[in-house]
Amino acid sequence: MSARETILAALRRSAPPGVPRPPPPGGTLTFEDPGAQFARMLGEVGGSCFRVPSEDALRAAVAALPVVAAAKKVASLVPEAHPGNVHLAAIDDPHALASVDVAVARGEFAVAENGAVWVPGAALGPRRALLFVCQHLVLVVDPGVVVHTLHEAYARLRFDGPGFGCFISGPSKTADIEQALVIGAHGARSAAVFLVG
Amino acid sequence: MTEVGLFIPCYVDQCYPEVGMATVRVLEKLGCRVDFPEAQTCCGQPMANAGCGDAARPLAERFVDIFERYPYVVCPSGSCTAMVRRHYADLLPSSARLPAVAGKTYELCEFIVDVLGVARIAGRFPHRVGLHQSCHALRELRLGSGTERIVPGFNKVRGLLAALEGITLVDLERADECCGFGGVFSVEEEAVSCAMGKDRLADHQKAGAEVITGVDMSCLMHLGGLARRQKRPLRVQHVAEILAGAAP
Amino acid sequence: MTAHSARAAAFVANEARMHWHDTALWHVRSKRDRAAASVPEWEELRTQAAALKAHTVSRLAEYLEAFERNALRLGAVVHWASTPDDHNRAVLSILEERGLKRLVKSKSMLTEECHLNGFLEARGIEVVDTDLGERIVQLARETPSHIVLPAIHKKKEEIGELFHEHLHTAAGASDPKYLTEAARGHLREKFLAAEAGLTGVNFAIAETGGFVVCTNEGNADLGASLPRVHIASMGVEKLVPRAADLAVFLRLLARSATGQPVTTYTSHFHGPRAGGELHLVIVDNGRSALLASEAHRRALSCIRCGACMNTCPVFRRSGGHSYDATVPGPIGSVLAPSREPGRYAGLPFASSLCGSCDDVCPVRIDLHQQLLTWRHELGERRLTPAPKRAAARLGSFVLARPWLYRALGWLGRAALRWVPRPVLALVAGPWARQRELPPAPRLSFRAEFGRRRVRP
Repeated sequence: MSARETILAALRRSAPPGVPRPPPPGGTLTFEDPGAQFARMLGEVGGSCFRVPSEDALRAAVAALPVVAAAKKVASLVPEAHPGNVHLAAIDDPHALASVDVAVARGEFAVAENGAVWVPGAALGPRRALLFVCQHLVLVVDPGVVVHTLHEAYARLRFDGPGFGCFISGPSKTADIEQALVIGAHGARSAAVFLVG
Repeated sequence: MTEVGLFIPCYVDQCYPEVGMATVRVLEKLGCRVDFPEAQTCCGQPMANAGCGDAARPLAERFVDIFERYPYVVCPSGSCTAMVRRHYADLLPSSARLPAVAGKTYELCEFIVDVLGVARIAGRFPHRVGLHQSCHALRELRLGSGTERIVPGFNKVRGLLAALEGITLVDLERADECCGFGGVFSVEEEAVSCAMGKDRLADHQKAGAEVITGVDMSCLMHLGGLARRQKRPLRVQHVAEILAGAAP
Repeated sequence: MTAHSARAAAFVANEARMHWHDTALWHVRSKRDRAAASVPEWEELRTQAAALKAHTVSRLAEYLEAFERNALRLGAVVHWASTPDDHNRAVLSILEERGLKRLVKSKSMLTEECHLNGFLEARGIEVVDTDLGERIVQLARETPSHIVLPAIHKKKEEIGELFHEHLHTAAGASDPKYLTEAARGHLREKFLAAEAGLTGVNFAIAETGGFVVCTNEGNADLGASLPRVHIASMGVEKLVPRAADLAVFLRLLARSATGQPVTTYTSHFHGPRAGGELHLVIVDNGRSALLASEAHRRALSCIRCGACMNTCPVFRRSGGHSYDATVPGPIGSVLAPSREPGRYAGLPFASSLCGSCDDVCPVRIDLHQQLLTWRHELGERRLTPAPKRAAARLGSFVLARPWLYRALGWLGRAALRWVPRPVLALVAGPWARQRELPPAPRLSFRAEFGRRRVRP
């Protein structure tokens, strides 16, 4: 018998009597101002949130970010936010992205309770490493939809085929050295989220 | 008149008779008729906690025999009460008589608050008191909400103490950390047990307590033993004694 | 004395260090408290999570088959492993078949359980743990002492020395920012040079065939997204039925583990990336045996948050290494005896049964009841020390006979009053090392009560 058959047989044999699925949770947390809560939570985890009314304002605000102004290489998947100077479509090997200073990517929506943004991977294709290998991350959520909790988040998400997606909440961090919080572990050193409209 | 069968932990019977006497005084003051069935010895918890169910079982059976005739069984100990209410069912799974007996066995404070419906006992205790939350009382009998759970706060023991005239209940840094007694744990893991107890004492002393109280004399025996060896300016006194109006 | 109690005593003996360790972990517990309090429905979420896990394990084979079907449809390769050796060989074969020699790894307690690193290194594979805490213990040639905070037992000066030796940081430097920056550079090289990345799996989704990996550092994602080959190791119990169920667990996980609302990265992998490969290794290693145990199957609900360790007053004062088990602390003391009852018979006794772990467990595992049940099971299998069992039988004999109990009680109190203290201390053994003995009144309670009744 293969390991697969052995394991499945053992699990079937040992299965306790069936326990039904519980009903979904009742009332869950809501916020009077989800956008404000999102900004607050993002701030608490070391990121920054900017609300901009239009695409023009978006472009100006992104350009004004110190990390963008200082960047030599900007890889942008959101041309209206920043034109970028890395020709992503021509790059198949994510290793070539190691020198990117700022990555600008699209977020689908934000989550108020934890400062997270859902970043779908479809636009990145084989280059999803960009989100993690860049030095600084900029996420653009347009329209600036903010849901209350992860329950609403998953109600919006579909996982029908192959792909990658990630909730990103702020810059990378670690507290592995004497519990001292250090922002910027292996991933991005900073994370700015723009909510448009 | 509420008839009560008094269940006294073995170590209280042997080493802290004043706690038993105080329990009697409190119950009588509240209008109970207290009987102490002499056939009782021990609930069997030390044997059960050592993993020896076979050794504990006969004692559980004796408990049912001795106490089933009383409308209520009251005990000045959270851990012995928890043994009966929560763990006897594991020792006597098919006993038809156990559920009724277990269901009417109460720790002293919860009996006062929940059964007698008494929220305050008149008395004076003008001292700074640290309440030690004995673990079985807190987490098995739910005498209080505890710091781990996100539920509305309540504490039956604290409520009774707070109502005493002149008392100051000090604020601890760790309101319900275990003292480290844990029965046989206190000798099998002596180093950690004493480290835990000493940390409790430091917390109480820093908070300005003169007296450490609780519902379990076992915790207080351990804390008191450490305090006396360390010559700390702290005394231990069971809640029953404080409620009965004794001075420390 | 058990193995744990001996190691714990050594840990406690260094009082300053013991208090430092205890304070650091209590701080994490406090952060958890604040995070939990910010979710009014916290207790309901815990109940939901417990019920979802109970439901899932009651149909685990069915859900695993669905998961495999969906994962295969997405283009993943699925391997099954009954034992640690099966797992290690599966990983090795993936690497060897492709001539790959450099592996980066993110945190996976399962791979610790299987002792993967040593197995691969002995066969010429370079394995680099990329979680900062894991890398620290890897360089120190130690095992992690906590499942979420692997290097919690190490002071920054020690880490500084370690990095000076291995990463050439400045001698004597101990600033966490400086050391982390050095690790960033060092591990970045490893990520870029890696030929394969191995991650754990926090949750596997039966209905979609995908899985979720949660990190704060981004190391799992770098390891999974730079090299072409991604290997994901998971225990059979990591399954959740639907994607929507993730909301319940993800809202509980990081808040319970470190007091954050969510980890920085919560990555959802569905199939390999374009041009890459995804291998899933599904491992049993005793989990089906746990499932069969009515008393212990709830331990399979564990989502490896570590909250039980942070709250455990014994863990905080004895350190993870004192348990000598891959997963230490309260949950470890429930899991380890299942695999090696003889070796770990002492762990269920490394607890005062305070029950705090139960109340912080996000999936409501009845940890302290399971520790008690283990004590009974180990006693029945004669794996607890014979003198302890004999003492229990003797105690039972005495306590079943009130006359004998009263007589011995009287004798004991008399001895406490009359026997010289040094002799008493000797007899009382460990109790009297740091504690005064209890009082020895002339009259027991029953005698006093009896007198009271007799008095007119």
